[in-house]
Amino acid sequence: MAARSGKISKDLAFEKASAFFASVVLFLAALLFAVLLRESLPALRKFGASFIVSGTWNPVLERFGALPFIYGTLVSSCLALLIAVPLSVGAAIFINEFAPPWLKAPVSLLAELLAAIPSVIYGLWGIFVLVPILRDVFMKPVTRYLGWIPLFKGPVYGPSMLAAGVLLAIMIIPFILSVTREVLATVPQRQKEAVLSLGGTRWEMLRIVVGQHCLPGIFGATVLGLGRALGETMAVTMVIGNRPEIFSSVFQQGYSMAAVIANEFAEAGGLQLSSLVLIGLLLMLLTLLVNFAAKGMLSKMVARASRGI
Amino acid sequence: MRNFFRILTGIAAAAVLSLAATTGAAADPLMINGAGATFPYPLYSKWFYEYSNANPGVRFNYQSIGSGGGIKQITAGTVDFGASDAPMKEKEMAKLPGPILHLPMAMGAVVVVYNLDKVESGLKLTPDLLAGIFLGKITRWNDPRIAERNKTVALPNADIVVAHRSDGSGTTDIFTNYLAAVNTEWRAKVGQGKAVNWPLGIGGKGNEGVSGVVKQTPGAIGYVELAYARQNRMSVAALRNKEGHFVEPTLEATSAAAAAAAKTMPDDYRVSIVDAPGKDSYPIAGLTWLLVYKDQRDEAKGKALVQFLKWAIHDGQKMEAALDYAPLPKSVVEKMDKTLRRINYKGKSLY
Repeated sequence: MAARSGKISKDLAFEKASAFFASVVLFLAALLFAVLLRESLPALRKFGASFIVSGTWNPVLERFGALPFIYGTLVSSCLALLIAVPLSVGAAIFINEFAPPWLKAPVSLLAELLAAIPSVIYGLWGIFVLVPILRDVFMKPVTRYLGWIPLFKGPVYGPSMLAAGVLLAIMIIPFILSVTREVLATVPQRQKEAVLSLGGTRWEMLRIVVGQHCLPGIFGATVLGLGRALGETMAVTMVIGNRPEIFSSVFQQGYSMAAVIANEFAEAGGLQLSSLVLIGLLLMLLTLLVNFAAKGMLSKMVARASRGI
Repeated sequence: MRNFFRILTGIAAAAVLSLAATTGAAADPLMINGAGATFPYPLYSKWFYEYSNANPGVRFNYQSIGSGGGIKQITAGTVDFGASDAPMKEKEMAKLPGPILHLPMAMGAVVVVYNLDKVESGLKLTPDLLAGIFLGKITRWNDPRIAERNKTVALPNADIVVAHRSDGSGTTDIFTNYLAAVNTEWRAKVGQGKAVNWPLGIGGKGNEGVSGVVKQTPGAIGYVELAYARQNRMSVAALRNKEGHFVEPTLEATSAAAAAAAKTMPDDYRVSIVDAPGKDSYPIAGLTWLLVYKDQRDEAKGKALVQFLKWAIHDGQKMEAALDYAPLPKSVVEKMDKTLRRINYKGKSLY
């Protein structure tokens, strides 16, 4: 009996301890939020809601608005997703379903290596390799023939929203790729064989299996990539051009929320510092919003997928 | 058994004694903490290294967190000295717990760099041309206003791409200070600061970011520190100074600007030396300061700090040119000797 109660009290202690650790996490998140809120109060009081819709960023006159940064963060991340998702899903399908075994290991290893490169290296590579290539091989010819479309309007300098989007795409491909591969690998071999045995082609097999089984997982992988793209700082600031203005053209410069914080935080004071913290708070809220929305959509998709099978 | 314990205590006691002896012998090198500007960091770390080698009793710990950070840290009293590329504003000085001294240590210049095919050197710019380019009023390299000053240079028919610093920086402060001093439109529209609302252009993070944009973009123009431009062999523009001479950015031309400004150097050294008089003066130059409290609270530390400062403005100046900083002119050093005598501990000079 004594041994038993000892066991129970140990259990209780373990439960309390783990509850304590869990509350530490919550406490840290709350603290983070509280500090951000406190430090951004002067800017909040001064500018209020106009902070989100104003496009002025003038440290000399101490007038601040976050719209160009919010726009830049969203547009560069969406561009990155547009490029990265088809690429990585296609690559994952190839590696898992079609690639000869000798090719599988090196390709997936290389893709995972991409994830291990520090972002400042991506940024430097962006300045010296990616931007000149993009400018001369893609942006210049496109402006020449399609420059009348607002999206591709010149002049072309190199550092631009597009450069940031492409660089971000390269950075998030390994994440989306490896998660998608894991998801594809969870499809039971028997289901695939069943489709093939009924006379389905490989394309049909993939369409049915992927469509039914893997969409929620791929969506989850996309959100993971988006989360990384939203918060990426160093690489983006090195190629986006750092211009707090909203252009219709993706060949023009932009600015992102994380980039302006990284650029100006060290030397900022007073209202400028407070405005930067407020941008940080907004970025945190934006990321939370994206994650919650994704969670909601994901659970709907999972429900639909499980009904389908 | 009892013997064994006695031996054990003996060993323990000996260990404790020897530990105390070794720490006593090393005499705890005095640690002097500083924080601030990144621009003079290579020079300061060379100084600290050389000075600590010659004076093993003193060590330095310098964090190059930026001028703004240096001012914050010295205001809070978490460091023994601060460092800044811009003098403290009245508003900032009002927050200080006691009177502070601005001690100039070196000079730097801000250099206009460009990337033009077939024009490796020889570009000449007047203050109005430079302001016009950075205001977005002059947008082509073959603009007649530029051509008029550069008859020997084959200017291309190309867009001018403006590059500037995207991070808050003392370099930007000096550059915009210059433009505001020489151009009324710049003063009214943009103003001066470590970060400003640029009318146009591409922002690069740090000197390396700006030079990256300039080097990678044909037709680009930007500004970086003199030391950075020299080490990276970038094409630099000669600027027309106050007396109408076109001057290439060199260490000598920077020192000349300071020497010209030294004649009217105020006693607190909080002075801008942009657009300095003198025919050899390069017009975009600036001082970098150490910030030290006049009334020191720790006698030993204060004494060591003052001795170091004395060394820095005399012996230390000889190391500046090799690291691409312009040394202080003699007249400023003489004036500084008097200023250093004012640093005291409870009224007693530490010089």
